[in-house]
Amino acid sequence: MKIVIVGAGRVGSVLAEAYDAAGHEVLVLDLSTRAFDRLPSEFRGSAVRGDGTDEDTLRRAGASGADIFLALTEGDNRNVMAAQVATEKLGIGRVIAKINDPVRAAAYADLGIAALCRTTMQADAISGYLGLGSLGLPSIIAPTGTHHGGATHAPLAAVVTGDAPRQEA
Amino acid sequence: MFVLVVGGGKVGYYLAKELIESSHEVVLMEKDRARADQIADEIGSIVVAHDGCEGKYLGEAGCARADIVAAVTGDDEDNLVICQMAKHHFDVPRTIARVNNPKNEELFRHLGVDEIISPTRMILGSIEQDIPVHELLHLAALGEGELEIIEAHLQDGSPAIGRTAGELTMPEGCSLFAVVRDGIAKPLLPDMALRVGDKVIAIGPNECSSRLHEQLIGAVDLEATPTG
Repeated sequence: MKIVIVGAGRVGSVLAEAYDAAGHEVLVLDLSTRAFDRLPSEFRGSAVRGDGTDEDTLRRAGASGADIFLALTEGDNRNVMAAQVATEKLGIGRVIAKINDPVRAAAYADLGIAALCRTTMQADAISGYLGLGSLGLPSIIAPTGTHHGGATHAPLAAVVTGDAPRQEA
Repeated sequence: MFVLVVGGGKVGYYLAKELIESSHEVVLMEKDRARADQIADEIGSIVVAHDGCEGKYLGEAGCARADIVAAVTGDDEDNLVICQMAKHHFDVPRTIARVNNPKNEELFRHLGVDEIISPTRMILGSIEQDIPVHELLHLAALGEGELEIIEAHLQDGSPAIGRTAGELTMPEGCSLFAVVRDGIAKPLLPDMALRVGDKVIAIGPNECSSRLHEQLIGAVDLEATPTG
């Protein structure tokens, strides 16, 4: 599979390394080439310095036709924007954006973007580990609606943990 | 009207000030506490010192009853998210985003932002109106600077339209060597007829540029106003 990862932070580079080793075609983008120091020397995928929220940059880097797009930069909003460009402009079917604000994560899940939320993930993990019961918070909130631009998403149910997506307001 | 302004930079500050003067109800969100305090000192306690991208704080600032949300931070992605959250999560009827990168305008419109204000585009538009489009473009100087590569963008009214390159009388030492048509560069052959929209690339001594202008653009008319 062709997998695009925007943001070569810890999570991004761990996934890039694993998917590359598993034989997938991996493209990593980051604004800083220093971030690529996290990738192992045997990494065979592409590492491109550039803005993953910019459609032209993504196309030039070869992101078109990807099966999976992961927006994992440090900024929730950059991830939201990159994910929507991937969905709406590049037509990529499976898109996940890291959105650490739980309200924003739920809102974008409603808008059709699968949202990975570190806040709910960690709160739930801590509570579970302590035996204080699961908080019932999902770590990835599956899209509950379609994206307003009309793009549809492949089901992401397989990666959803915890209870059913929480409906906010 | 109740207007929620997000971003307390220069734009947000003056916007909030003007809106208050026109008797609108205004809340300004600015995440930098020092900046927020500074604005509150001056225009009153309408400032919320929190990040307007964060759903919780948007709600606390009264986003759900806002008539208009204006996202005017310096970051395009923040402005997009503020408008989308306002529109889809808080059902705000009208959202306005400041866009710094003109490339993002179309995307934001597509993603549901109601109004897009692009200062970059406005300034660009203003500058482009001032630059005569009928001019020759000096692309590069060669050697010691005595030779130049010049581009002429052929428009309606150019005496070269419909003539072949061979029919044009070039100044001494000056030659046309390429044409860019529909984005593709081709060598300019003597029997090739020139068309509107062609970009003709010439090389020659720099003192020949007024003759070149006459041949490719038309007679120099200082009174003429640019049409494009």
